[in-house]
Amino acid sequence: MFVLENIKYKDILNIKNLTIPERKITCLIGESGSGKTTLLKLLNKMISPTKGSIHFKNKAIKYIDSIKLRRNVVMLSQTPVIFRGTIKDNLLKGLNFSEKPIVNDNTLKEILSKVHLDKSLDLNAKELSGGEKQRLALGRIMLMNADIYLLDEPSSSLDENTEDIIINEFVKYIKTNNKTLVMVTHSKTIAKTYADNIIEINKGKVKGEI
Amino acid sequence: MEGIVDLQVFQLLTAYIFILILLFIVRKRGIKREKEIIISSIRMTLQLILTGYILTYVFSNSNPFITISVICIMETFAIFNIYKRVKSPLSFNLKKIIALSMVIGTSVSILYFILIVLNLSPWYNPRYFIPISGMLIGNSMTGISLGVNKLVDGMISKKHIIETSLMLGATPKKASKSIVNNAFDSAILPTINAMVGMGIVFLPGMMTGQILSGISPLSAIKYQIAIMLGILGSVSLTVIIFVQLGYKTFFNNEHQLKL
Repeated sequence: MFVLENIKYKDILNIKNLTIPERKITCLIGESGSGKTTLLKLLNKMISPTKGSIHFKNKAIKYIDSIKLRRNVVMLSQTPVIFRGTIKDNLLKGLNFSEKPIVNDNTLKEILSKVHLDKSLDLNAKELSGGEKQRLALGRIMLMNADIYLLDEPSSSLDENTEDIIINEFVKYIKTNNKTLVMVTHSKTIAKTYADNIIEINKGKVKGEI
Repeated sequence: MEGIVDLQVFQLLTAYIFILILLFIVRKRGIKREKEIIISSIRMTLQLILTGYILTYVFSNSNPFITISVICIMETFAIFNIYKRVKSPLSFNLKKIIALSMVIGTSVSILYFILIVLNLSPWYNPRYFIPISGMLIGNSMTGISLGVNKLVDGMISKKHIIETSLMLGATPKKASKSIVNNAFDSAILPTINAMVGMGIVFLPGMMTGQILSGISPLSAIKYQIAIMLGILGSVSLTVIIFVQLGYKTFFNNEHQLKL
């Protein structure tokens, strides 16, 4: 689905060839600073490569409108950003931004239970802990019902037990709905458990695919 | 009408006692500001003497070319003053937007004020045109400086919020809406606050000047009300043009944040 050829991004990334398959779970692993986040950002045009070409569904990404692409290839950054307002406001933010139809409170509650966040929709989102904010951010993007998800360390603020439950839930959501997931993770266990395809990045280069 | 008390040079010199008091205080307290106080006092004196002579010449040689030239000079100084006042480095594009907003915002407001509100004849009468333009340009300059500072600071400090919004499929306009609104609000707030205190907390400069020159307070307030509304209009117009165009300079054609 994503085909990268001779990609260079400043001195951070240098990839000869890389294919990310559709409707599969791909995990990106590697040391911090190896270029994993940069690779994710290239896929939804948050940044553009200095050299080389990226194709998305056989079309050069540079000819695809960035905003349309990002509404279909939704990314979650490592540090979850919570907007001013309630949990409900935050859940609806993605739909508002991407100009998708607003859903009712029952759907919002279902999403909260999927990310194991047992809180009222009217609670001020500021009051949540780091891990809860991360789950809220995850719920927000699930609600957007995109085809492709790019997650950057989605469980970095979660304890091991919650991490397992949440990732398991998200993977289930991806598989049930025939979606694509590209996930950066520090945990080789998570990668081995859930990934169909593991890509190891080392100092900006693809070290290997498993 | 009573005659105006014309200040003699020696009377004017006695007013410099306030500068001496200030210099005494800062020296006594060890605050290193003497140099700036002396330089700004000298600059203020020399600039005003020069302005006095220039305005005397301009008023006695009323013609549209001279009036417009004076406004252009004021506008240019105001624009460069904004560049100097903003702490963060400004991109060339943002500088262009600042200049454009100042020129369009103040020109429209000045022309509306002169042609519609005052219905001045001839329209270029420098006795009215220059001081009124000065007030509109000066206040717009202060407003836009605040707006620029807020916009640049907001874009830098809330970079992660803008990026998250873009990742969620927002357009740059939606992603920076709260920062743009905040910049606009901060820029017009001092003008709104000035209106609240006007006449009670302080008597504005123009009105004081008119009263001192013998005009009845009731005539003076009519001018003051009109000019305050003109200032509000000019500041709002200048700042809204700036923020609406300014935020775009932080994004490229691919809707990526350029910070």
